[in-house]
Amino acid sequence: MSGVRVLVGTRKGAFILTSDEKRQNWDVSGPHFAGWEIYHLKGSPADPDRIYVSQSTGWFGQIIQRSDDGGKTWVQPGSNPDEPTMTPEGFPMGESNKFAYNSSDESGTPLTTHQWYDGTQHPWEFKRVWYLEPSLTDPDTVYAGVEDAALFRTSDGGKTWHELSGLREAKGNLWQPGAGGMCLHTILQDPINPQRLYIAISAAGAFRTDDGGETWQPINQGLRSPFELPDADAEVGHCVHNLALHPSRPEVLFMQKHWDVMRSDNAGDMWHEVSGNLPSDFGFPIAVHAHEPETIYVVPIKSDSEHYPPEGKLRVYRSRTGGNEWEALTNGLPQSDCYVNILRSAMAVDTLDSCGIYFGTTGGQVYVSADSGDNWTAIVRDLPAVLSVEVQTLP
Amino acid sequence: MIRVVLPFHLRNLAKENKEVQLAIEGPVTQRAILDALETAYPMLRGTIRDHVTKERRAFIRFFADGQDLSHASPDAPLPDSIASGTEPFRIIGAMAGG
Repeated sequence: MSGVRVLVGTRKGAFILTSDEKRQNWDVSGPHFAGWEIYHLKGSPADPDRIYVSQSTGWFGQIIQRSDDGGKTWVQPGSNPDEPTMTPEGFPMGESNKFAYNSSDESGTPLTTHQWYDGTQHPWEFKRVWYLEPSLTDPDTVYAGVEDAALFRTSDGGKTWHELSGLREAKGNLWQPGAGGMCLHTILQDPINPQRLYIAISAAGAFRTDDGGETWQPINQGLRSPFELPDADAEVGHCVHNLALHPSRPEVLFMQKHWDVMRSDNAGDMWHEVSGNLPSDFGFPIAVHAHEPETIYVVPIKSDSEHYPPEGKLRVYRSRTGGNEWEALTNGLPQSDCYVNILRSAMAVDTLDSCGIYFGTTGGQVYVSADSGDNWTAIVRDLPAVLSVEVQTLP
Repeated sequence: MIRVVLPFHLRNLAKENKEVQLAIEGPVTQRAILDALETAYPMLRGTIRDHVTKERRAFIRFFADGQDLSHASPDAPLPDSIASGTEPFRIIGAMAGG
């Protein structure tokens, strides 16, 4: 019988929630890596038992963990107790958490500075991995989006990471941190064209590569940020919160920006606003239905300083028209006194016949709808603040 | 043998539930201890000091014989009590919530 595995990252550990295709009864596993911030964990589309985890604290820095058995056991790639601790050349192993910006003379980009909050220039400093995107085809290849914003890739299962530093050449000196830091938080792979990737950075904007990550271009035309930027139509600097696409037509992109829900029909070359009748067009995550490319989901948040739902009512909004016309989905969600936030990586969909929608809150609830958003129930209510939610649909 | 006390999270990472013991040849310094520690427990690389610069992470402190040596030279000899194994070298996470 098919089922789902929901991967939840929280402020104090990771949790794995599993159910059959009915999605009514759930097993809860965790906390894994108790006490650590788990910004993101995600399974490999090419091998569902392969799961990668970003584990960090301000004290001890960044750790990468990997499971090869669906989350039952974990190893730090390169630090497997069964493997030698030294390479034949005498170099220590255990390099899986080494994220060094590429400033080499051969292939790197000079590590200059980016804009700081006050407009001065500030050196780049690695802080943590926000997002892990396993390759669609190779379980050993993973992309990592980090703070300060940069993109890394491993092709050996997470043992070693190398920066795709061409991204920083896309006007990196003009990027600046958002409230959450200067983070690369979203990575999308084009399932039809493997040379094409999309990424998003707060606060720099969206970027695209058409050559496998060597060179990048900003794709922010049509975005307007009149309250955040001195030039509302700037080429870079916009605070993009999340991107989503449907695999059947990856040139159509949806965006939740700081303010505004946006859409592009030409791979990001031009965007137009589709906020329509939303009660607020501020928010963090955006998701696309697994079987209906024009059906999209957002969770409106009151404002950039009031990070909770308008009127204290937790409402997911669904558009079946690719934007502009939105309906509130409330059945099973609290409709009074609710002041949680839903962070940018905390919404996901499964691919079962009746598409499941999932999201987690900063109040520790993880909600599921097994019927495309019509009805919701809480899988768990009392986890630590949820940072990310991913779903694996299992055969 | 040199004795080293690790903070809770690093003991978990290293899969050790008590203090660790390290053999060090030559002068016993912070750098010698951290080099030996990271060789014996490669999963700790990057968690106590930066991978590249080898700078101590901001919220980590080093104590020996009751003295805070966090800002001492990494190449300065440590007290005899550490070198002889009478006292442990303590690696502490700064008390700042969390």
